[in-house]
Amino acid sequence: MNQFAISATNLVKEFKANKHVVTAINGLSLQVAPGETYGLIGPDGAGKTTTTRVILGLLSRTSGESSVLGFDSMNDMYEIRKRVGYIAQQFSLPPTLTVMENMLFFAGIHSVSSEQQKKRIPELLAFAGLSEFMNRLAGKLSGGMKKKLALACSLIHEPQVVMLDEPTLGVDPVSRREFWNLLGNLRAERGLTIFVCTPYMDEAERCTRVGLMYEGKLIVDDSPANIKRIIPGHVLEFMPSDFAAARKLCNEMDGVLEVQTYGDKLHVFVGDVAKRKPQIEAALASQGITHDNLREIEVRMEEAFISLIRRQKESVEQDGMLTQKSEMSGEI
Amino acid sequence: MSAELFVTQSQVTPILVQNLTRRFGAFTAVDDVSFSVQAGEVFGWLGPNGAGKTTTIRMLLGLIKPSSGSAFVSGFNSATQTKLVHAHVGYMSQQFTLYNDLTAMQNIRFYGGVHGLSSDELRQRISEIIQMAGLVGRENTLTGSLSGGWKQRLALGCAIVHHPKVVFLDEPTAGVDPISRRQFWELIYQMAKDGVTVLVTTHYMDEAELCQRVGFISAGRLVALDSVSQLKLTQMRGQVLEINVSDPEKAVRILKAAQQSHQVPLDEVALYGAQIHAVVPDAQEYNDAIQRLLTQDNIRVNSIEWIAPTLEDVFISSVKARVDAN
Repeated sequence: MNQFAISATNLVKEFKANKHVVTAINGLSLQVAPGETYGLIGPDGAGKTTTTRVILGLLSRTSGESSVLGFDSMNDMYEIRKRVGYIAQQFSLPPTLTVMENMLFFAGIHSVSSEQQKKRIPELLAFAGLSEFMNRLAGKLSGGMKKKLALACSLIHEPQVVMLDEPTLGVDPVSRREFWNLLGNLRAERGLTIFVCTPYMDEAERCTRVGLMYEGKLIVDDSPANIKRIIPGHVLEFMPSDFAAARKLCNEMDGVLEVQTYGDKLHVFVGDVAKRKPQIEAALASQGITHDNLREIEVRMEEAFISLIRRQKESVEQDGMLTQKSEMSGEI
Repeated sequence: MSAELFVTQSQVTPILVQNLTRRFGAFTAVDDVSFSVQAGEVFGWLGPNGAGKTTTIRMLLGLIKPSSGSAFVSGFNSATQTKLVHAHVGYMSQQFTLYNDLTAMQNIRFYGGVHGLSSDELRQRISEIIQMAGLVGRENTLTGSLSGGWKQRLALGCAIVHHPKVVFLDEPTAGVDPISRRQFWELIYQMAKDGVTVLVTTHYMDEAELCQRVGFISAGRLVALDSVSQLKLTQMRGQVLEINVSDPEKAVRILKAAQQSHQVPLDEVALYGAQIHAVVPDAQEYNDAIQRLLTQDNIRVNSIEWIAPTLEDVFISSVKARVDAN
């Protein structure tokens, strides 16, 4: 037995497709302590959903180990199911059942006694702000309310761990914040362990720890604050009159670590702001490129994410292992 | 505004919305909304679900008629000159509406055909769009086997195959990862630089920060219309504190109790990773009160910092203000 809520060690998952072998998880190790809110982030196709499903025991693993609350994913999956709530990506609740009927349905699946149901269902509906909508058909709920109902259903058997796969996809900002506030309440009041896959960096900032997955591997595993500190240098932002020329110029300048685009602005990573800022300004002026105020901005998770993925990709290419998976091949 | 001036303005303004209202029975989906978007501008049209965002776009596209007021696109009245509007706009929705069993090139050819492009024009546009979307070498790949980012850029290419001067993008980046989203926004600004006017809706406020100007719609009413930096100055009710403590889970329970008993006027309080974010009427005034409250419960306060609101904070504040006003 280990003390971790979720644990994976050298986890590998291969799929066979038309005689090819696709490695979706390639030696992944992670540990989530009880009470943590862990965010698994990464580009499309990195293996986030597969990892979640293997850990839950919904898919078999090829090699390595994985467990939840000390129960092995493959051998003790029923024990895991009793203790874990799960919202699958693009889940759907039975639309022709009412909110209450959905709750009863999930209570039945998890064999929650009728006595317990009488106590927990009203509590969960109040928690999710759905008490007034008890008799509404699930199909008639707004997108945000559906997500909250799914969360309430996943909590019916009082799990110690919830695993949520992109739970806020397509939800508006107000509902999204309400959803994350509910997760915060679960963490503060019940010490629930939360594992969430998300492609959105502002959600990653709400986690206590974040794992960045790329091509089946975890390339960074740390708190959001530390991940932002890993990125070398400072970021200067400005809007140039000639975007393409300014980008090319900055890319070729000494002391520039990286250039990212941000809409009609450029983000230029430099080591020494005091030294490089006047150099960049002079270089732009010499080419007749005008710009707004060149300012230093704070690095957010998004800048860190793009920078880390890009460096990982470059190191893979330098190793001569250029993969076909070249979604990131364009200039970012 | 005189009738004459109005006509002139509608001819030069790519998107012009005047007192636009749409009722469905007793429900007013869009309530007296007015705004305009200039040539080459990237305009964010934001609001919670059910606020009237899509109804406004549908009226601009002439798909439904306004109950009163009017909408003009490229100088054409959306309600009465719908075909002309369609010939001059590009539209891309969240669902991408690409044919998965056609190749990337066949999809472009199909949409070019729908818009009546000649074979010469089509040949040129196919190569331009393949280039723009970064699909060189993947022209003959089945669309269904392209990943999200590629599909998204192809869908944009198909939406602008006929060189529209105004483009509507309805949640174009839902479910796409940050790297593909950055590439997509680069394409948006390339179009804008060529004078194309872009109206984009999104649920992601970090993305809305990329728009030159945004409009917030809430319960059918336009509640704010300005640049992102101005909105942050004018529309945020209260100030955001970032609180760094030894035990955030316990601290947030204490602060929530204080919120409920009105001991401290907290507009919002929530866990934010290892920190807590709280919205108070005045950062300096309530800093000490929060510090005292936490310290007397044996929580070590490492720092309380007044931070700039995100666009999401501003958005939620605007929507709440509108709800409170009702």
